[in-house]
Amino acid sequence: MALLRTAFRAALPPTLPIAAGFLFFGGSYGLLMHAKGFAIVYPLAMGYVIFAGSMEFVTVNLLLSAFDPWAAFLLAIMVNARHLFYGLSMLGKFRGLGWRKPYLIFTMIDETFAIDSSVHVPASVDRGWFMVFVSALCRSYWFGGIVLGWLAGGVLPFDTTGIEFVLAALFLSILLGQWDDDRNRRGAGGSRSRSAIADLADSAWPHAPALVGLLVPAACLMLFGPDRFMIPAMALMLAAFLILRSRLEDADGTDGVRNGEGR
Amino acid sequence: MMTMTTWQAVATIAAVSLGTMLTRFLPFALFPDSRRPPRTVTYLGGVLPHAMTGLLVVYALKDVSPFSGFHGVPEAVAILTIVLLHRWRHSMLVSVAGGTIMYMVLVQLVFV
Repeated sequence: MALLRTAFRAALPPTLPIAAGFLFFGGSYGLLMHAKGFAIVYPLAMGYVIFAGSMEFVTVNLLLSAFDPWAAFLLAIMVNARHLFYGLSMLGKFRGLGWRKPYLIFTMIDETFAIDSSVHVPASVDRGWFMVFVSALCRSYWFGGIVLGWLAGGVLPFDTTGIEFVLAALFLSILLGQWDDDRNRRGAGGSRSRSAIADLADSAWPHAPALVGLLVPAACLMLFGPDRFMIPAMALMLAAFLILRSRLEDADGTDGVRNGEGR
Repeated sequence: MMTMTTWQAVATIAAVSLGTMLTRFLPFALFPDSRRPPRTVTYLGGVLPHAMTGLLVVYALKDVSPFSGFHGVPEAVAILTIVLLHRWRHSMLVSVAGGTIMYMVLVQLVFV
């Protein structure tokens, strides 16, 4: 018991900032699900089996569109592709933890990765249990937010028309945060030209991943329409990144792994 | 409102869950002994996260038409609000709450 108690005491403080965010975004998600007419079991079940904030919001749209599980599967892989790289960096830390290892993988998100990979755990604290509590606390904040938001949807004295914009607002503010991160990155491109156009192009290089992510899907949206642009957009983005590899690789490396969605 | 049946909804959620879990479990299945992943994988890991956010922004706005309705003006105003709030406070909570409230006010009171 003492083992569990010290691990819990160590895990609680670093998750408290996440609690505020998760109550807000989980609440928005619960409110949105209520506004779209879903029973509370839907957001809770989705929170349980998906537990990836952006993808849960996207799934609301998927449930309201035509039935296409294959596209949903592919979209989930692409949207959550960053988990692959979190996993690659946690291979060592999750090793030898028995049944706790699959739980830690099952519950891995940007926030748990950020804490588990960065927080210094004192030697007196069991690292496996520390990470289990980080995951469990993050999940409880998320579920708590969903329940509060969904219940609030039934008693709110105001019209919730337009609440669906929270999805675009969330993604856009994540994008803006990542854009600032990109700007702080140095060493992209090797051009020594002094012309204004070349300078502009050089300053755009750190933003190339974000720009590809905006422009390729926007072009595909215009070409293929709102219902079938996603898969061509994802394929073309992969192709674009493989073509731009020689230009982007040195500039990026592994630090992109840290800059996940942040919910 | 949802038009698909309950079973189609369950299948959709299951598909999303399977795709998501694949991204979580695959590295541990592929590299049980911390073998180093190929460089292409590392590279895509660096560039994909930011690109996917751009894709999600486009996805969230995909049904906005500049040629009909209010020509995307409420969305444009809300986006501008988010950009300004972001530059001012650099807080995701403030940006998301401010932009969403702005949009709700616009579609409920101004563009009706």
